[in-house]
Amino acid sequence: MQLSIEEVKRIARLARLAVTDAEADAMRAQLASIFGLIEKMQAVDTSSIEPMAHAQEVAQRLRADQVTESDRHELLQRGAPAVEAGLYLVPKVIE
Amino acid sequence: MNWEIVVGIETHAQLSTRAKIFSGAATAFGAAPNAQACEVDIALPGVLPVLNKGAVERAIRFGLAVGARVAPRSVFARKNYFYPDLPKGYQISQYELPVVVGGSIMISTPDGNKSIRLVRAHLEEDAGKSLHEDFHGSSGIDLNRAGTPLLEIVTEPDLRGAGEAVAYAKTLHSLVRYLEICDGNMQEGSFRCDANVSVRRLGSDKLGTRCEIKNLNSFRFLEKAIEFEARRQIETIEDGGTIKQETRLYDAERDETRAMRSKEDAQDYRYFPDPDLLPLEISEAWIAAVRAAMPELPAQKKERFISQYALPEYDAALLTSNRETAAYFEECTAAAGGAAKLCANWVNGELSAALNREDREIGQSKVSSKQLGELIRRIVDGSVSSKTAKDVFDELWAGASSADAVIDAKGLKQISDSTALERIVADIVAANPDQVAQYRAGKDKVLGFFVGQAMKASGGKANPAQLNEIVKRKLNS
Amino acid sequence: MSDSSLVRASLAELSAALAAKRISSVELTQLFLGRIQRYDGQLNAFVSIDPERSLAQAREADTRRADGQAQPLTGIPIAHKDVFCTKDWLTTCGSNMLHNWVAPYDAHVVQRLHATGAVLLGKTNMDEFAMGSSTENSFFGATKNPWDINAVPGGSSGGSAAAIGARLAPAATGTDTGGSIRLPASFCGCSGIKPTYGIVSRYGMVAYASSLDQGGPMAGSAEDLALLLNSMAGFDARDSTSLERPAEDYARSLTQPLAGVRIGLPQEYFAAGLDADVAKQVEAAIGEFRKLGAITIDVKLPNTSLAIPVYYVLAPAEASSNLSRYDGVRYGLRASEYHDLNDMYEKTRAQGFGSEVKRRILIGTYVLSHGYYDAYYLKAQKLRRVIAQDFADAFEQCDLIMGPTSPSVAFDIGSKTSDPVQMYLSDIYNVSINLAGLPGMSIPVGFGARQRPVGLQIIGNYFSEARMLNAAHQYQRVTDWHTRVPEWLSA
Repeated sequence: MQLSIEEVKRIARLARLAVTDAEADAMRAQLASIFGLIEKMQAVDTSSIEPMAHAQEVAQRLRADQVTESDRHELLQRGAPAVEAGLYLVPKVIE
Repeated sequence: MNWEIVVGIETHAQLSTRAKIFSGAATAFGAAPNAQACEVDIALPGVLPVLNKGAVERAIRFGLAVGARVAPRSVFARKNYFYPDLPKGYQISQYELPVVVGGSIMISTPDGNKSIRLVRAHLEEDAGKSLHEDFHGSSGIDLNRAGTPLLEIVTEPDLRGAGEAVAYAKTLHSLVRYLEICDGNMQEGSFRCDANVSVRRLGSDKLGTRCEIKNLNSFRFLEKAIEFEARRQIETIEDGGTIKQETRLYDAERDETRAMRSKEDAQDYRYFPDPDLLPLEISEAWIAAVRAAMPELPAQKKERFISQYALPEYDAALLTSNRETAAYFEECTAAAGGAAKLCANWVNGELSAALNREDREIGQSKVSSKQLGELIRRIVDGSVSSKTAKDVFDELWAGASSADAVIDAKGLKQISDSTALERIVADIVAANPDQVAQYRAGKDKVLGFFVGQAMKASGGKANPAQLNEIVKRKLNS
Repeated sequence: MSDSSLVRASLAELSAALAAKRISSVELTQLFLGRIQRYDGQLNAFVSIDPERSLAQAREADTRRADGQAQPLTGIPIAHKDVFCTKDWLTTCGSNMLHNWVAPYDAHVVQRLHATGAVLLGKTNMDEFAMGSSTENSFFGATKNPWDINAVPGGSSGGSAAAIGARLAPAATGTDTGGSIRLPASFCGCSGIKPTYGIVSRYGMVAYASSLDQGGPMAGSAEDLALLLNSMAGFDARDSTSLERPAEDYARSLTQPLAGVRIGLPQEYFAAGLDADVAKQVEAAIGEFRKLGAITIDVKLPNTSLAIPVYYVLAPAEASSNLSRYDGVRYGLRASEYHDLNDMYEKTRAQGFGSEVKRRILIGTYVLSHGYYDAYYLKAQKLRRVIAQDFADAFEQCDLIMGPTSPSVAFDIGSKTSDPVQMYLSDIYNVSINLAGLPGMSIPVGFGARQRPVGLQIIGNYFSEARMLNAAHQYQRVTDWHTRVPEWLSA
């Protein structure tokens, strides 16, 4: 399978990764060889098989509705790139 | 040309759990920024979600209340998109296998009751908030709301026009509060609606292209937004244009909808089952336990009010429109020692008017259900007239402690002592022989003269019904 | 005990030396810190060390031992792969994105080992976000193989494997999503086990592919692994996939004889693609197991060739989502210049992630995207079940499965970096074990081409770690491959 440069850029945009044309072109070739490998899956008929999402097929355990956390925002914000008045700052979000 | 406005509603109801859906942080509204955002909520590297049982229990309660199927097995999925108020870069939601499937909600319309079908209700986590003010060109992100449990309730496009949409939203709002699964506080965003609006020519059975209007947090905005949007779509089509499927925002100040910038990119959410969360299994036993503990629902309560209190349907419907009013009425009736219809009249009449004047909820009433009940008891036993009772009510509203205290202090107790009243009437009859003659000659209207005179003589405290009775008897004897 | 014998000693021996007061934890920690300072310049096995803190922990351990509160691991220095969060200590995941991130909490595994009194010796290098088979994809540079510094140590837990292979640490933690404990253990001549999925909590272990990631111990011998696993494994309510099971002593059957144990040999693991030098050592090792009384039988794992394609759909899909949180908003790197929000996201992620991570994010984003989900992601999930069923069928006939850990010995640094597919195929015998959720381990069984170590992979049924460790221990009782130390590091 061959991806076009435009497709690579579309996916990179979905994944929020800046790519130059040259990078997209290089990426395209590598992805083509990887997808060459992946395409082997298509030879197998899986129409009657249930998908397997987890290694262990057990049910989810639930937590009691109890508050266990206290305010630690100062500690948790210690490594934040930009903080003011307890808020994380980002370039203006326009709606 | 006649148009039909077709509406489907998606409601996000914040579930009233103490802790968040996947973490142990508190959900209380109004905390300092990020004070309720723990490691899990801010998506630190290495953290993992664990599902809150309280959120699931509330979803089951809702499913049972609307006659839906509670799925024995449902799956959490990741909805992937980037936004600063979405810390993980994905929202944990349910996609292919939601916890509640189907069901319906009955609404009242001018043409009678109408059943609105539900597609599903699923559990998911709320996002944080972006604050756009005061940060010199930046937005501030508060993640306190991130991870608050939501039940997203989705209808079929069964609603016709803004009126039905509002009726549905109000009914649902009342229901989630009855069920105690959501506090319903719309100002705080606990109950938010998105409306999918399309229009089609009357008689057409094909749905038009729909636009989704996001985050309508009052019934009034819901109504206005649908009305504007429908008008916009109709005008666009009548002018030869076509409707583009898009997400729009309602601007209350301008009373208009407009396309949302952040949603302009074609969205590709790349849903897939969340590998951190195993399938949610709900046993029959759990469902049965939730069913056994279900509170009385609005429709059941209305029926009970009609049969137990012999109320007309109209009164019962008004009283059961929310849980607090219904409870107030029942407490009031108990304190009054019966007289349910009179209590209903007072709650729906005088009390409701007083609340409206001051824009108060019934929970903030200045007259308690017990105070009102005791006042009504005095009407029933003849201590005060209905007219006087209104003055007593005003005193109670102004802070008086009890009806009896007001009646005593102001000497409002009416004279129901028949001996005293007989004496007053006898004096007046004796003093007015001309009028007696007129009455006996067939001039019935003179009766009013005697009653008026006697009332005046009693200082306005005579029990009017009793007085009437005595006057008639004396004149006829 | 002399320094050189301490360096070669097993954990049980170190524990005994500490108990007998032949050495203190402080001295032992100093010994290994000294070796790190002396040799790690050439190996680059560690991302960060903090001698003061390690020694403070060692002093605490000595006090605890003096108070009679010691457990077997009390006072023993252990390195953590830099994917485990360590409170107030750098946790980088080998990435520029987190190059200066200090975790505010300890991973469950770190907590448990700390609770036993083990000393945190340092954080080991790894492929960025555990994506790689060679530990060349680290923001902090490649780790070298102690047996040949021109060779890779394997990955992604290459720093831990190299540290143990070079005896810069007596033991370390690793994580294995598609061979990341077993491959480096094999390349560096040490022992490592990836337990059954769900036995070791993932809380605080930075996620790569959540449904496949599993932490496990790496050390010099199977006996050491059992001791470590006793501390690392256990239920954790903070991980929804953590299994609630009664506590187990993984060392309980180490000494059992192997007579009658049925070893399945999957023909697919010995087919074309396996290097002759590796085949020779693996077959010799299997011969030893026969001598120990085990019975070998041929089994089939017919869908082995699908494992790499399935893995490279599922793991990148999960990774693309798991790594979305690195957006420059709440922690980690933020690009220095940008003109709006999306530009900040795109530049931060372009600068913060290396090329292999970006490659996998793109693959994962693509296979989940609209119109491709069924053909790739859903198909791969179905084939995951087919692959797991192969193992279920095989375990009807045998108790353990054995084969090579990798088709070749450690390859030269730089030799596969430009060909991702060749790199991925190093884990051809490994990834299916993660897909099935089974336990797998690698132990050294000799040397192949250019005197580089060869690993034997032992695969068990679910929850059969004790039996696997028993088999490995019995082999290690009659062989000495696991005690070898590279000449230049044996001083």
